[in-house]
Amino acid sequence: MAVDSSRSLAKAADAPGARGRGRRTGDTGKTPGRLRRSLSTHWYAWAMVAPVVAVIGVIIGYPLVRGLYLSTTDANEANVERTIGMNHIPATYKSVGLDNYTAVLSDGIFWDRLTWTIVWTVSCVAISFGLGLVLANMLNRKLAGRSLYRMALILPWAVPAFVSVFTWRLLFNEKNGILNKILAGGGIDAIPWLNDPTWAKLSVITVNVWLGVPFMLVAMLGGLQSIPGELYEAAEMDGANAWQRFRHITLPGLRTVSSTVILISGIWTFNMFPVIFLLTRGGPGDATEILVTYAYRLSFVVSPRDFAGSAAWGVIILALLSLFAVVYRRALRKQGEVW
Amino acid sequence: MTTMTDTNTPSTPSTPSTPAKTPPPSRPRKTRARGERGPLASVALHAALLIASATAVLPPLWLLVTSFKPTSEAFSTDLVKDFTFRNYDHVVNDTEFLNWLGNSLLVVGLTTVIGVFISATTGYAVSRFKFPGMRPLMWLLLITQMFPVAVLIVPLYNLLASLGLLNQPVGLVVTYLTIAVPFCAWMMKGYFDTIPVEIDEAGRVDGLNPFGTFWRLIVPLAKPGLAVTGFYSFITGWAEVAYASAFMTGEENLTLAGGLQTFVNQYTSDWGSLTASAVIVAVPAAVIFGFVQRHLVSGLTAGATKS
Repeated sequence: MAVDSSRSLAKAADAPGARGRGRRTGDTGKTPGRLRRSLSTHWYAWAMVAPVVAVIGVIIGYPLVRGLYLSTTDANEANVERTIGMNHIPATYKSVGLDNYTAVLSDGIFWDRLTWTIVWTVSCVAISFGLGLVLANMLNRKLAGRSLYRMALILPWAVPAFVSVFTWRLLFNEKNGILNKILAGGGIDAIPWLNDPTWAKLSVITVNVWLGVPFMLVAMLGGLQSIPGELYEAAEMDGANAWQRFRHITLPGLRTVSSTVILISGIWTFNMFPVIFLLTRGGPGDATEILVTYAYRLSFVVSPRDFAGSAAWGVIILALLSLFAVVYRRALRKQGEVW
Repeated sequence: MTTMTDTNTPSTPSTPSTPAKTPPPSRPRKTRARGERGPLASVALHAALLIASATAVLPPLWLLVTSFKPTSEAFSTDLVKDFTFRNYDHVVNDTEFLNWLGNSLLVVGLTTVIGVFISATTGYAVSRFKFPGMRPLMWLLLITQMFPVAVLIVPLYNLLASLGLLNQPVGLVVTYLTIAVPFCAWMMKGYFDTIPVEIDEAGRVDGLNPFGTFWRLIVPLAKPGLAVTGFYSFITGWAEVAYASAFMTGEENLTLAGGLQTFVNQYTSDWGSLTASAVIVAVPAAVIFGFVQRHLVSGLTAGATKS
């Protein structure tokens, strides 16, 4: 797809391009000439990406470096630079090397949170992907009321996530929520949806799946529509049954879409802050606290705020995610994905 | 949920449907065109879809119903007995809700406009040109998408504090750009990849410079993609909780996500106000969603399949 900018420019005989080429032939010193040439042929490409690079550099690059640094100190609320009234108090935290990391990694809390985060991510992605795939296959055929179904199924995506989470809190309310009232009608005792560690875990997964299915559904529908119908006709001629057609045409045809979608939603779910923060605040106790919300709690909820510990958690989370992305990409490439 | 597999089964063993064979006259009822279902399969399909749709629709619907009930009856299982607009009246006139709405609109509007513009130029550059630094840039865009809030939030908090941008909409806008832009740029790249390069070349031949080509030829063609990108930026900002809760304090500075939390917390549970304001928040978002959802499918998959 990408046209080499220097070639297309030369083709169009654009003024800066022509000048750049002229200079190169005149130049004997190789490196500065090449630099100038690439500047004159690529300057507009660079100009186009410059705003994004600048924003990312300032707002992600700087804090990232700063976060890495903080994670090797003992910074907390009490010793960072701050201004109280007229008094300016300079920072007094000092470097502690990798102590924060050893502290985090040798702490049972981290491994508990990590286990739960993995359970949470895998089950959310697997369930919502499965449901999305099934529903997309159901919708991708001639069907009365098809667009109506589609609208209904996409609705959870259209409502802002935090609104939905509040709605679910309303439904899950232990004493008066409608779910428990319906159960009571059937003679079943009230379920402590958000107040019992196990039920709370099931509840947050349910809500996140509910929120995540529409994205999967839409992506899968798009993927299904890009599979040529002739393949199905041919397979049917050859006597393949519905399952075989699904297994050998639909699934391979969806592979590119699904791999991207699983990667993206895996990362999103791993970092899913609002659902857990707003539904249970990580509670009861810290039963539903995933890594991200726990790190947030360290720096904004507990007192004194533990900035260094939180930064160390953040760096570890980032390392885990990068590892995941690299392994995943490598696995895909082995299967012949070109990227 | 397993109906997907058996919906088509009745039609598959029907060898008569293949055009090569003439159907034996003894079994006329077996002739069923390809892709047609038996009545049983149809019923199962509709039943499954109805259950799924009901699950999807009921929670928002219940929110709507509850918002019209007096606060004291917020948890009654009846449909509305005493229909009332009191919750809406209270939210709009007696709380800071309109302030929060204004803050959110300002932040999200700026994020969307700026985000769409810069992710479109980036997506275009990445899609059309090979330039030094392109691959690192694509990796950067991919990797920034998975940056956890936790690693950035404290340093970012300090950075904004030192720039005096805490409690300022601008601070949030810049923060949201970093969340929205990487994904949007990927999506726009996927979309631009589907627009034939010949159009660019024609533009060049006619004497347009690269910016002119982009602005006068490609942008008009990419409107669906831009709509999706804009929508994504909009949703990202509209629904963001972590940064908004941390960076905005003081009741009048909150955005919606932060403000709504003040209705129901460990001290109060004003479900009437919460539901009413939630409805006011959700309706415009859902309407906009309705307009772009058609493009959403093509935009997302273009981004996804071409990645």
